[in-house]
Amino acid sequence: MSDTAILNNNDMVISKTSVSVLFAGDSGDGMQLTGTQFANTVAVYGSDLNTFPNFPSEIRPPAGTVSGVSGFQLQFGTTGVYTPGAKFDVMIAMNAAALKANLKNLHHGGIIIADSDGFDAKNLNLSGYGEANNPLEDGTLNDYTVFKIPVVSLTRQALADTGLSVKIIDRCKNMFVLGVLYWLYSLPLETTIETLQTKFKNKLDIANANIKAVQAGYNFGDETEMFSQHGRFCVAPAQKKAGVYRRVTGNEASAIGLAAAAKKAGLKLFLGSYPITPASEILQTLAGLKKWGVKTFQAEDEIAGVLTSIGAAYGGALAATNTSGPGLALKTEGLGLAVILEIPLVIINVMRGGPSTGLPTKPEQSDLLMAMYGRHGEAPMPVIAAMSPVDCFYAAYEAAKIAVEYMTPVLCLTDGYLALSSEPMLVPAPGDLASITPVFSPERKADDPPYLPYKRDERGVRPWGIPGTPGLEHRIGGLEKQHETGHVSHDPENHALMTRLRAEKVAKVADIIPDLTIDNGPEKGDLLVLGWGSTYGAIKKAVEQAREGGLDVAHAHLRYINPFPKNLGAMLGNYKKVLIPENNCGQLLSIIRDKFLIEPVGFSKVQGLPFNEMEIEAKITDILKEL
Amino acid sequence: MTDTHTCMTAKDFTSNQEPKWCPGCGDFMVLQQLKNAMAELCLKTEEVVVVSGIGCSSRLPYYINTYGVHGIHGRAMAMASGLKAARPDLSVWVGTGDGDALSIGGNHYIHTVRRNLDLNVVLFNNEIYGLTKGQYSPTSKVGLRTVTSPNGVVDHPINTIALTLGAGGTFVARVMDRDGKMMKEIFKRAHNHKGTSIVEIYQNCPIFNDGAFGPFSDKERKDDTTLYLEQGQPLVFGANGSKGIRLDGFKPTVIDLEASGVSKDDLWIHDENDLIKANILSRFFDDPNSTGEFLPRPFGIFYVEDRFTYEAALDAQIDKAQEKGEGTLEELLAGNSTWTIN
Repeated sequence: MSDTAILNNNDMVISKTSVSVLFAGDSGDGMQLTGTQFANTVAVYGSDLNTFPNFPSEIRPPAGTVSGVSGFQLQFGTTGVYTPGAKFDVMIAMNAAALKANLKNLHHGGIIIADSDGFDAKNLNLSGYGEANNPLEDGTLNDYTVFKIPVVSLTRQALADTGLSVKIIDRCKNMFVLGVLYWLYSLPLETTIETLQTKFKNKLDIANANIKAVQAGYNFGDETEMFSQHGRFCVAPAQKKAGVYRRVTGNEASAIGLAAAAKKAGLKLFLGSYPITPASEILQTLAGLKKWGVKTFQAEDEIAGVLTSIGAAYGGALAATNTSGPGLALKTEGLGLAVILEIPLVIINVMRGGPSTGLPTKPEQSDLLMAMYGRHGEAPMPVIAAMSPVDCFYAAYEAAKIAVEYMTPVLCLTDGYLALSSEPMLVPAPGDLASITPVFSPERKADDPPYLPYKRDERGVRPWGIPGTPGLEHRIGGLEKQHETGHVSHDPENHALMTRLRAEKVAKVADIIPDLTIDNGPEKGDLLVLGWGSTYGAIKKAVEQAREGGLDVAHAHLRYINPFPKNLGAMLGNYKKVLIPENNCGQLLSIIRDKFLIEPVGFSKVQGLPFNEMEIEAKITDILKEL
Repeated sequence: MTDTHTCMTAKDFTSNQEPKWCPGCGDFMVLQQLKNAMAELCLKTEEVVVVSGIGCSSRLPYYINTYGVHGIHGRAMAMASGLKAARPDLSVWVGTGDGDALSIGGNHYIHTVRRNLDLNVVLFNNEIYGLTKGQYSPTSKVGLRTVTSPNGVVDHPINTIALTLGAGGTFVARVMDRDGKMMKEIFKRAHNHKGTSIVEIYQNCPIFNDGAFGPFSDKERKDDTTLYLEQGQPLVFGANGSKGIRLDGFKPTVIDLEASGVSKDDLWIHDENDLIKANILSRFFDDPNSTGEFLPRPFGIFYVEDRFTYEAALDAQIDKAQEKGEGTLEELLAGNSTWTIN
């Protein structure tokens, strides 16, 4: 991080390459909205960014307490930003509990913007500091730069003439803080003002009050003496590829990926689903896409979620279901049915901490073995994993392509971190997206030979014979099917044959997936860091930093886990050691050890928190020391 | 539809798979009447899908020459719902049993009924688990001795008709397996009804629960134990129509027409569109073998309601959203808010 001081309009403006900010407050303080607004502004301004919301699983835990703190972290910068930042540079603390919950993750010497009105006796007691120990006053924060701003009081003053109730005025305090931050980072207000005008277009008084609050915060930055000795900051826009951008969360991207795949394939999208954190936004997003002909079905449970989708797939739709760990457990019997029916189906599983209800709002990567093996009988299916919020779009799209073209259910793994994080997405042109070609059985005449629903092509794929097509009438089901005819068969040899043919078909998906490439680092060397899924950003940063420090390390990231890319085995052999960091107890490690008979080094984190680059870099350093 | 010259015959609906049901199983009659009804409805084999769960009855799709999917235990209704929501143009029939629909699939049953997709559900009720060899089912009578209830069943049985009405059913009927003609007519009505049609069939399992419905089918008893529902007709039963049902307030009472001198015109007149009356009729669920007051078991169509179907409402929302044209892939990819970097 190289800082350059420039004198500009009598303010000292310090140029930064990247900044990580945390907005923290009570669950009802609007921190997610505030953080999202800030993210939209820096995105439009041209920064690279990555955001991560962190909120309690309860809707409204006791106000003012540490358990009720809701946070929204984002990092923006002029170079590739892949994580929300291991620690943050700036913390907005709307009350004492917010400070208490997050101080440990603030960089030494970082900036605290505190609403001093949230540090009254009541809040101090609720937070656990105790009213006699106000951290803003007692020297606790001597190592940090602290700006104490009576936000509630100032907001009330600014909006006194609006005629609105105090209750409504107090709800605008988050916009005041946002204004202060825009001033501090030399950012424009327009994006937020436009958003407020649209969001509250039928409540003009509310829109105007919020706009006034954000402007008052900005003006406060201008007028107060508080910042003069520290200066303002600016982060130059990123050098990004030219084009049209939008901001997406992983869940939105997954939803759009499915809808785009359906359009591209010329199929109707059907999603059967049951709400579950943190996967619900996929259902919610698709429910809003009726203009694109998308049908969503909020089923009575997860089992019905997958079964309605199987029904729709049988009928010729691009069918999908989305869920999170406990829901995937309920769907497994249905997935076995989809495997034996050999129909296309996409299952997006947004992993969260488990087992059981576990940590519903916290990410983990611990459903990998379940995705790979969690079905009764021999029931292999392709498994792919998204690496970033934007990659959720491409992962869902590719899952749909594989499902349709190979007539198989495909499991697409994302996690709570990717699902809720957001980043700018370069909007692809329709022509940039890979083709998706369903193979439907054509109509047959009465004197044609009998239809064989399980007659396979050279890839082992059976055609899609959909109801309504004359001449293809046929009956299939969960009972083992006779080769080619699809009739019920209990013949031992036939069962062995069909088991083998189903597995071979899935294995052949490797023919269309790209070779794994090295993301960063040498093609041969001391250490390969092999990752999958949402650890991408943290590993990428860690390997970059380690390489800047002169270490012989490379990074490769797996997108396709079943089947693996064909060159994976050879790649693993090019390094003395392989390190696999995972947000689980070593699930990919087990699979790699099993398939390639090598002994990688595992690095586990199961705290319901994503990795940060410092942890991984330290591990890389340790391993290379021992080599 | 009415051009009988181009209609298919019941034989056209016969698949090349031989039914593997036990000799004497009530399922054969259901299969035959389904094929007859489909032929008379002039359905085309390619536009029909028969969906099922698991159990003896759920082998049904294999034996009908239409499209068919045999699913997993209890989930037929869910699978059929997704199929119908995605493909409203198809005629979708569900074959399911008392265990499949009301026990393992109970949740899906309730929700399918309330959603009112245009499905035709044929619910084979034999009050026993046949395929798993004789365990009691959710409709088994209290006291029934089976392999899992050696001392007699202590679970209270489900009253299918009452459950279905409670869940918001829009077409609710019951028929005995041996009443083939009535069954076929009810299947045709069920098909023509726009909404979820539930046809409960009392189906004899000759192996594990033979004669469970004997009190309603034995010649010497059926006149006094069964009540046939006909629209607009008084509720009359007994030998030569000697008895009737009169409604005193909400209380149904059995009237001996000869002894009392009450006229048929003063009896309860069946109205299949009256939900309150249908609910009372659904409670005609007395055990015919118990002593004491007994109301005859009704057969026929209890209730019919014209209510919008799920798939029509969903399609209407899509049509409205597409009034100014369907969304393009470009619009989908760009979303609502974009910015440009040059």
